[in-house]
Amino acid sequence: MGALAAVMVASGLFILGWLPALAPGAWPTLFELSLGGWSLEVPVPREWSFVTVGFPELYEAFWGATCGAVGSWLVCSGFLQRGFTAGVLIGITAPIVGTYLVNRQMALIGEALAHTAFGGVAIGLFVGAAVPRFDYPLLFALVTAAIAALGMQYIAVTTDGYADIPIAIMLTGGFAVGIAVISYGVVFSATVESYLFGDILFVPFENVQLMVALTMTVAAMVALTHKQLLFITFDREAARLARINVWFYDTLLIVLTALVVVAAMQVLGAILVAGMLVIPVAAAMQLTTGFNRGLVLSVVLGQIAVFGGIFLSYYWNVATGAMIIIVAIVLYIWSVLGKPIW
Amino acid sequence: MTRAIDVEDVTFAYDGQPVLRDVTMSVDEGDFVGLIGPNGSGKTTLLKIMLGLQTPDSGRVELFGTPAAEFSEGTRLGYVSQQSTEAETMMPVTVREVVTMGRYPHAGSRRLTDEDREIVDDALEQVEITDLASRRVNRLSGGQRQRAYIARALASEADLLALDEPTVGVDADSVDAFYALLDDLNDRGITIVLIEHDISAVAEHASTMACLDCELYEHCATDRFLESDALEQAFSSARVVSSAGLAAGD
Repeated sequence: MGALAAVMVASGLFILGWLPALAPGAWPTLFELSLGGWSLEVPVPREWSFVTVGFPELYEAFWGATCGAVGSWLVCSGFLQRGFTAGVLIGITAPIVGTYLVNRQMALIGEALAHTAFGGVAIGLFVGAAVPRFDYPLLFALVTAAIAALGMQYIAVTTDGYADIPIAIMLTGGFAVGIAVISYGVVFSATVESYLFGDILFVPFENVQLMVALTMTVAAMVALTHKQLLFITFDREAARLARINVWFYDTLLIVLTALVVVAAMQVLGAILVAGMLVIPVAAAMQLTTGFNRGLVLSVVLGQIAVFGGIFLSYYWNVATGAMIIIVAIVLYIWSVLGKPIW
Repeated sequence: MTRAIDVEDVTFAYDGQPVLRDVTMSVDEGDFVGLIGPNGSGKTTLLKIMLGLQTPDSGRVELFGTPAAEFSEGTRLGYVSQQSTEAETMMPVTVREVVTMGRYPHAGSRRLTDEDREIVDDALEQVEITDLASRRVNRLSGGQRQRAYIARALASEADLLALDEPTVGVDADSVDAFYALLDDLNDRGITIVLIEHDISAVAEHASTMACLDCELYEHCATDRFLESDALEQAFSSARVVSSAGLAAGD
């Protein structure tokens, strides 16, 4: 367990670029954080973080080449490039995390976390309007969702299960707080709408970088723990018998869900984001006999839903988030009518 | 020879209802113990307490000489429980994937090796379900599924196999074959604790019997047990106890 935690921390540091900071003499850049009246200089070796260094180059190279090759505005527009990238990342992380949620009947937890995250967004918008320095709603959403996730875990431990009453209360309560805050003090309805329904056009590059970091984190965590997650999902008691620390992996799963939900909220919107956790997974389960294949297949189907949704939403001039979910549902219906293919 | 399981003065109440009261018994390594008793006598609870899945209200439980709560070698324990959980009925998991789960606690975070895969293949062969390896677990018959779970315990290299009414819903022929498999495993040194409804079947194969009804009535070699009045006592008194409404636990 200790070794696992250590590897997790190390990979987290690598993704965010802090690992070389542990070595003396490797403090290349100072990043200034100013909050309120005081400021803090934080050494962030930006040159080493994949998210800030490797990725932008990769991004430019890929889209430059694609735009050059295809030439259409669909791949040359900066907005759409960011939107596609965000969509692809969502199509990877949401089905991966969703596979474990769906098979444990925890699908509604994703929905509850999304609604609570929206409450966090509302608080963030409210605070940001008053204090421009704190204008980062997604960070508020992340914190709120994380707290809600841990709260859900606490309730699950004390009541021995993920009962629907606490989930329903959290779902409606988080949303109610959001609406209350908005009706009281937030004026920018377009911004609120973009968090509620998603807006693929206004994903700033920093958010894409954040999503890359989250995707790498989710992928790394699942890669390290997928055996234990599968075991716990399939037969919780046998996992306890084998003395696997079930509580730890439960908490990990729920926190990863919170991360994925907040990241995906930008494109799909708080209301629909849970769909990406559930629908590609449900479709994959119809088409396969094995669990690991189901995982891969759900990512493939997620990608099809994202691409199909984005293209169709542009040709038909319909909201992108909604179109992605509708395409996912069409895939699901097709999978139910079909037979296992892999 | 160390004792595989050692239970002393264990008492357990569920929601105020007494389920187990001052139960004392032990299971030696290599034993084949049949645990019987009327419905609601707390057999499943006792089994879970023995495996460390539940903590008794009072009393001492030891697994292979270590207190059950501190016992960390989970791979030595195998458990085939009564019902399929919802996940098992819905999840797309192949038989091979289920049996491979037995290797996960051994593997931890590292990848599975060829040796792991060999052990899985061996386990599948031992229970004779190699031809079902790629089938979805929930498409198997009851008897086949139980074999898959035994294979998982074998893959985890368990020394102790606990089974809770594994032949419920299994056809008669498969039950015979099932018991033959258990005999085989026991001959190879695996300790077996088996909860069963079918007293005659388990009496035929088990080396010791334990009869439970809130208190342990008799725990001795099978022949003596069948000759003794313990069975009659247990079941007739259970009827008396139930009809008088006194809690035998449920």
